[in-house]
Amino acid sequence: MLEWINTHQQIIYIVLLMVFLGIEIIGRVPSVLHTPLMSGANAIHGVVVLGAIIVMGKAESDNYMALILGFLAVILGALNVAGGFVVTDRMLEMFKQKKSK
Amino acid sequence: MIQQSVLTVIYLIAAVTFILGLKMLSSPTSARKGNLVAAAGMVLAIIGTIVFYQDEEGRYLKNHVWIFGGLVIGTVVGWVAARKVKMTAMPEMVSLFNGMGGACAALISLIEFNHLTSQYSGQDGFFSALSGGFLFIIFLGLIIGSISFAGSMVAWGKLNGSLKDFSFKGQHWFNFIILFLILSLVVYTLAWRPDMTQVLFYLVLILSLLYGLFFVMPIGGADMPVVISLLNSFTGVAAASGGFLYDNKAMLTGGILVGAAGTLLTILMCKAMNRSILNVLIGNFGGGGAAAGAKDGSVKSVKEISINDLAISLNYSKSVVIVPGYGLAVAQAQKVTKELEDILEANGVEVKYAIHPVAGRMPGHMNVLLAEADVPYPKLIDLEEANELLTHTDVVLVLGANDVVNPAAKDDPSSPIYGMPVLEVWKSKMTVVVKRSMGSGYAGIENPLFFQDKTRMLFGDAKKVLQNLVTEVKAL
Repeated sequence: MLEWINTHQQIIYIVLLMVFLGIEIIGRVPSVLHTPLMSGANAIHGVVVLGAIIVMGKAESDNYMALILGFLAVILGALNVAGGFVVTDRMLEMFKQKKSK
Repeated sequence: MIQQSVLTVIYLIAAVTFILGLKMLSSPTSARKGNLVAAAGMVLAIIGTIVFYQDEEGRYLKNHVWIFGGLVIGTVVGWVAARKVKMTAMPEMVSLFNGMGGACAALISLIEFNHLTSQYSGQDGFFSALSGGFLFIIFLGLIIGSISFAGSMVAWGKLNGSLKDFSFKGQHWFNFIILFLILSLVVYTLAWRPDMTQVLFYLVLILSLLYGLFFVMPIGGADMPVVISLLNSFTGVAAASGGFLYDNKAMLTGGILVGAAGTLLTILMCKAMNRSILNVLIGNFGGGGAAAGAKDGSVKSVKEISINDLAISLNYSKSVVIVPGYGLAVAQAQKVTKELEDILEANGVEVKYAIHPVAGRMPGHMNVLLAEADVPYPKLIDLEEANELLTHTDVVLVLGANDVVNPAAKDDPSSPIYGMPVLEVWKSKMTVVVKRSMGSGYAGIENPLFFQDKTRMLFGDAKKVLQNLVTEVKAL
């Protein structure tokens, strides 16, 4: 356990800092932006698609199980990313229109 | 070697764009740019991974056709769906995309686990070659990803109306037992490392899916915003576990950032409803609400108002406050609401919109909806400001909102929503409630507001009522 912490200390530091950063960033958000912010955050965790790409790219060409599941994972991840950002943009587009008037 | 360094720099840039993007998203002026910044970082990270990624032995990624095929299909489907979805269906869309991310994380864990077992099968030291931490991370991604996926699908089904609330006696205990089983199976596997790890792994997968299902199933619509936000942060953690797995800093940063921010957002929402997270997770509005509603058996009567009368009252008042709710979203009445506002303003009436933080099915749902109808930002006022203003407002128009204007939250300790901050519309000179029927709100409890002396009811679809109202006011 201690050894594990030692070898992964970099990552643990990142996690700690990101937790505080995430809380700090969101702490001052006006309620108007709650939905777009949630949607934007939803798109950002679509970064999981990187893992899907890596797993897909490593799959041996005779391992159909890994190929099919990996392919599915890439599709779902891409859906999360593209859908998330586009939905957020659509919400914010309307905020902007209103601002310019 | 150089490729590896380039990828590191790319991930660094991506991580910065995620942080900057999220930061910019929390201010109205920079929000849209922030979204684009984060999106650009994401595209960069995806391309960088495909081109530069090398495993420990320096091999590049294969199966480019599969990868590009998957990316294209996912992007096109996601893009089109996001473009075509109606503004009112936005919450369930977010829930759906969230579920996709969760499923993606769970699939990665599944493949990595299979990879491990095929690599080490038959060997005595099945686990000795890998640190327990690695398997723990795989389990983490699997469990959280599956819960997020199943839960998001249920939330999606509930919001678009294809799934009804479902609960049975002792469900809290049932959920608790499932969760306990999952945790003990993981601890057992990690600590004792039995031969049947594969069976246990799939058992955990099934149990996690079940937990996601039963965890969201009994939760009523009033709590749905909280649930979606919570599942959103779950998926963030699941994505971060993938970052652990591949020592991928971009995934780690993005995932944890969303996990932390999402958790805080969830807590903020719970606070707005004066409930604790635990209460939302294991409790639901069910039983207590029915008892409270049935307590007062006496027949009460409501007073109705005609559209004509309402048009006159609105036109000759000084100040009008509109309280939008889910009914407005369902009826797609945001544009005609704006039309009414314009006519009234032209006639010298001051019109404001009072936005309850949890009105609709998502925090900020009403803001987005009204923004679509070009309602100016300063016209939207939040809970505290609204409650001050309401004491000297002539007419309050409640459009398809119910629980957020329920006085029982203030003065009836037996009410399930007692203590939740509400818009105190009953303090105004007159309240007009536009509703489809006398049915209770999403929390399933009766609203004493409807029976008060100063309250008038107007039954009908919000959009039709407002259209007629606009015609009437114009004719005056």
